[in-house]
Amino acid sequence: MAEKKVFGLLAEFDSAQSIYPACEAVRDEGFKHWDAHVPFPVHGLDRAMGLGPSKVPWIVLGMGLLGATLGFTLEWWTMVVEYPTPIAGKPFFSWPAFVPVTFELGVLFASLGAVFGMFGINRMPTFHHPLFSSERFGAFSDDKFFISIEARDPLFDERKTKKLLKKLGATHIEEVMEE
Amino acid sequence: MSSHAHAHMPTAAEATLDKGHVLRKLPVPLAVLGVAGIALAFVTAGDDHTQFWFSYLTAYMFWLSAGLGALFFVLIHHGTRAGWSALVRRVAENWMITLPLLFLLGLPIVLGGLESLYTPWVNPKPDDIMVVEKQAWLNPTSFLIAFLICGGLWTAFSLYLYRGSRKQDASGDPAIADRLRWWAPLGYVTFGLTITVAAVNFMMSLDPHWYSTIFGVYYFGGTFMFFMAILSLSMMGIQRAGLLKEHVTAEHYQDIGKLAFAFVVFWSYIAFSQFMLIWYANIPEETLWFAHRAEGGWEWVTLLLALLHFAVPFFFLMSRHIKRRKTTMALGAILLVVAHLIDMFWIIQPTMTQHVTGHSHFGLALSDLLAVVGIGGLVCAVFFWRLGAAPVVVLNEPRMDESVGFENY
Repeated sequence: MAEKKVFGLLAEFDSAQSIYPACEAVRDEGFKHWDAHVPFPVHGLDRAMGLGPSKVPWIVLGMGLLGATLGFTLEWWTMVVEYPTPIAGKPFFSWPAFVPVTFELGVLFASLGAVFGMFGINRMPTFHHPLFSSERFGAFSDDKFFISIEARDPLFDERKTKKLLKKLGATHIEEVMEE
Repeated sequence: MSSHAHAHMPTAAEATLDKGHVLRKLPVPLAVLGVAGIALAFVTAGDDHTQFWFSYLTAYMFWLSAGLGALFFVLIHHGTRAGWSALVRRVAENWMITLPLLFLLGLPIVLGGLESLYTPWVNPKPDDIMVVEKQAWLNPTSFLIAFLICGGLWTAFSLYLYRGSRKQDASGDPAIADRLRWWAPLGYVTFGLTITVAAVNFMMSLDPHWYSTIFGVYYFGGTFMFFMAILSLSMMGIQRAGLLKEHVTAEHYQDIGKLAFAFVVFWSYIAFSQFMLIWYANIPEETLWFAHRAEGGWEWVTLLLALLHFAVPFFFLMSRHIKRRKTTMALGAILLVVAHLIDMFWIIQPTMTQHVTGHSHFGLALSDLLAVVGIGGLVCAVFFWRLGAAPVVVLNEPRMDESVGFENY
């Protein structure tokens, strides 16, 4: 059996007030592969963690434009190329009549882009994660606040990182193994 | 978030223009400019005054949007107990309080301009059965009564809301906010009915054969979009004058910008729905209205309207970064102001030649510009007069802490 590798360190905090400066400190140290786990949205935590603006809007814009283009192409192809039918004496290429389909497909693709883009960026669904092997981690959905720093981060050094988290006020630190 | 330690409520000193401030000297010159603008428009427009009245009506409907948009904004603020807008409410109220003046400025149209503007129903041809049948509504007497009711209600609501707000400055009694909130839903209904009547009477009846059941909503969409644009521009001006420098932040501009963007989309949706249904059904008396805007040079204005009222602002104002930066937001707001003016021009002016020749020919008169400056001068004179007469935020506004230090997440 291969030896188990360390996934990273999991530090437990008691309050939103204490995790906020801790996140700022971890951010300022320059860590890249780390995360915060909190039971409710802590406003401003994204800034404390140094997270950039969300990429979801770009996905939504791209998908919206794609949907609108597809909708218009579909109408044009069916009504002008493939099966031209005279309707109420109007020209085959009656673009105003194509707009509702164009609009609806644009909206549909944009909203699907928003939902599944968010899923993709969050890597959902992930059925299991090494952090769940920690006994204490379940409290992240109750009353505890966690910071996890992954071993693959180039700045990760088990001893030093542990010391840093201790200094930042973690009430409990544990090593989490890869599975 | 109200828990930010550095955010503090604006004090009366931080929110009041100094005695000698240049903005406080504006009302008189603006009023002079206004009267001069209207007088010059009258003189330059020609002897039969038709051009003058069309210019005047275009400028009037354009500026009426400032007062009506503000009235709606203030009503929504009270009715929904909005938090974020507490800091900008007084400035909106200063625009709203131009409504009594706009009521007065509408009276000349009703009392003197009907013959020139609405010939098809003021002097209908006896065999024009479609107009004759509509004369129960479209006659000078009911036109006057309808306008007196609309203008009276605008005046009453704006004065009541403004005075209530000034009482909050003095006493801070929370019961005042409750009372204003009690009236807000009645205000929505009143607003919806009166703006529809105003749009139908002043603009739709220019071509009495034509009708669109969504026309009131169409005017409302442009109105509120225009108001969001001038609200953001006024807040920028006030901050430039040194007031509320720390209080009004990118967050507030983003929210105003969001509403502006939303109403760009709303207007476009309504405008296109109106067009598409009429185009699709292809009923002669309905399609003619659009046919007159696709001939004689007006087709270019139609195209310009679609670009400046929809395509350009839709993509420009989409990003949050654009709305949060003052320079780009100001650019967007100016674009929307221009778009709304083109919209009014596009609705009203093609009917002028149409009444005479049966066809539309594009034309721009000096009086078009002068009337916009004239009525605008008077409306802005009232705005700056009220701006200097009271703090630019409501003191003792009960929801001020929700607006100060507010953030978008």
